[in-house]
Amino acid sequence: MTQPIETSLFATILFWVIATTSVVAAIAVVQVRDIFKAALFLVLSFLGVAGLFVLLRAEFLAVVQVLIYVGAISILIIFAILLTRDVQQGNPSNRLRLPALGLSGLLLAAIAFVAARTDWSLLDNATLSPATSEKVSAVYANTIPWIAQLLLQDFVLPFEAASVLLLAAIIGALVISRER
Amino acid sequence: MLEGNAIFRNIYCLLAGNEGNAAYCTPLAPGQYGYAGVKFGLLPHGWEWVAYFVAGFIIVFMVVNAIMLSTALYTWFERRAIGRFQARIGPNRWGPFGLLQPIADLLKMLLKEDTVPKDADRWVFNIAPIVMFVPMLLIFAVIPFGKSSYIANLNIGILFIISVTTVSALAIFMAGWASANKYAMFGAVRGVAQLVSYEVPMVLSIVGVILLSGSLSTISIVESQRLPFLLLQPLGFLIFLLAASAEMNRTPFDLIEADSEIVAGYHIEYSGMKWGVLQAAEFAAPLATGAIMATLFLQGWRGTFLPSHLWFLLKVFSIVFLLLWIRATLPRFRVDQIMGFAWKGLFPLALINLFVTAIEVLIWPLPNTGQLWLMVGINWIVAVVSIVAFANILGQRSFRRLRPRTSPLAGVTSEVG
Repeated sequence: MTQPIETSLFATILFWVIATTSVVAAIAVVQVRDIFKAALFLVLSFLGVAGLFVLLRAEFLAVVQVLIYVGAISILIIFAILLTRDVQQGNPSNRLRLPALGLSGLLLAAIAFVAARTDWSLLDNATLSPATSEKVSAVYANTIPWIAQLLLQDFVLPFEAASVLLLAAIIGALVISRER
Repeated sequence: MLEGNAIFRNIYCLLAGNEGNAAYCTPLAPGQYGYAGVKFGLLPHGWEWVAYFVAGFIIVFMVVNAIMLSTALYTWFERRAIGRFQARIGPNRWGPFGLLQPIADLLKMLLKEDTVPKDADRWVFNIAPIVMFVPMLLIFAVIPFGKSSYIANLNIGILFIISVTTVSALAIFMAGWASANKYAMFGAVRGVAQLVSYEVPMVLSIVGVILLSGSLSTISIVESQRLPFLLLQPLGFLIFLLAASAEMNRTPFDLIEADSEIVAGYHIEYSGMKWGVLQAAEFAAPLATGAIMATLFLQGWRGTFLPSHLWFLLKVFSIVFLLLWIRATLPRFRVDQIMGFAWKGLFPLALINLFVTAIEVLIWPLPNTGQLWLMVGINWIVAVVSIVAFANILGQRSFRRLRPRTSPLAGVTSEVG
C-alpha cells in the first residue's frame, strides 16, 4: 500500500534541507546585487519547490515544475536580463515597493486561506477508515491519470481558455515586436 | 522507486532484514531474483532508511561509474571512427589500438593549469560544468538497461528525461555569461535559441510513442512494444534523431561552438578539468540519446536469443554509430537555416505525425497484430509523402536565398565599453 507522504527520518531531513534551501534562495533573489545571480537563485528556489513536490508524491507536478520553470521561464528571465541596458546597476529598488508588498500580502493570505481550508487528515493513514485509506492510496500510487482526468475532462473549459490566453499573448508579443 | 532492482533488494534486505518491511524481504521462490531472507538484518529496527540510503548509494555509484567509463571509451571510439571517415588514422598510440587514449587525455587535463578569466563571475563559472554534466547522468536513472535492471521505475519516466535535459540550456547560458567573453556569449545565445527551438519537435515526436504505448514510464514503454516503434513511428524516429542531434550540438547543428566562426563558443575560457567535464557531458550526450532512442523506438532490451543487456548495448551502439555517421558526413548549417529547419520543417512534420497517430489510436485503442501492421503501412506512407512535400516546400528558391539584413542594433554603440 502506498502511503500518501513519506514519514521516515530520512524524508524529514530531506524536507528540511529542501525547504531551507528554497526559502534562502528566494530571499537571495531579492537581496543579491548581481541580477544574473538573482535569476540563478530563482532557479534554485524553483528546484527546491520541485523537490517538495516529489516528497509529496506529486512526481508529475515536480517534473512539470522543472520543465517549465527551470527550462523555460528562467531562460526567458535571463534573456530579459541580457537585453536590459542597466545590468551593471544591479538590483535597485523603486517606487513600486508598497504595491508589491500589498500584492504579495494578498498572495500570502490566499495561500494561508487554502492551507487552512484543506482537509489535511487525508494524509494520515492511521486516522482514516480502511475504505478511504484505500482510495487515497489508489490516487497516490499514480497521480497522472487523475490529473489528466481533471484537466482534460472535468475542467477542460478553463484549461482551453488558458491556452487561448497564452496564444493571444504570443500574437500580442509578435505584433509589438514586429518591425514596421 | 528502486524496489524493482534485484541488487538493491539484496543489499537492502541484508541490512534491514524482513522485520520492518516483511512483504518485500521475504524469500522468493527458487529461480527468482531476490534475497534468501534473514529475519534480522544488520541494522536495528527503525533504521530501514539507512539501509535504503546505503543500497541506493551503491547502485547509483555503480551506474555512474559505468557511464563515466563508457563515455571515456566512447571518446576513443568517436575519434577513431571520425578518423576513418576523414581518411586518417586517429589516436592509436597508447594501449592496444589506442584504447588507453582516454586515460592519457584525462592525465593531461588534470595536469593543465586551471585558469579563470579576471572578469569572470567566479562562482557561476565554476558551477556551470557541473550543471552541464549532472542532467546527462540523471537521464540514465530511468533507462532500463536490461530485463528488470534499472535504477528507478518512475511513472513519469520520459517526461523526467525531457525536463532534465532542458537544464543543459541553462548551463550553457551560465558558462557563456560567466566567462565574460564575447565569443562565449555569442555561443551561449545561439545555443539557447537553438535548444529552445529544437525542444518543441523533440517532445512532439515523443508524444506519438506515448500515445501508442499508453504510458509515460520507460519500463512500460519497452514492455508495450510488440513491434518496435521504429516501424510504427518512422516520422517520429527521424524527427527525434535530428532534434536530438541538434540538442547535443553535434556537427550539422554545432552553431554553439562553431570553430570557424566563434572559436569554441561557450567553453572558450575553460581549461583543465573543467573543460574536461564539459567535454564529458558532450560525449555522454550521444550515449544518452542512443539509450533513449533504443528504449523508445527499438524495443529497448527486448530480443530473442541474446541476453537482454547485450541486446540493449547493440541497439544503443547502432544509434550512436548513426549519429556519428551524420556528424562525420554533413557540413554545418547556417543560423537562419537551423531555425528555419526547426520551425518550418520539423515542427509541422511532428504535428502531422502526432495528428495521424492520435487518429489511429482513437480508431484502434487495442490493436491486434493485423491492425498494427496496417498502422505501420499508413504511417510509412504518411512519413514518405510528408517528408517529400516538405522537402519541396523548403527547397524552394524563396526559402533558400535569404539576404542578410542589417540588425536593428547596428550603429548603436555600447555604453558599457
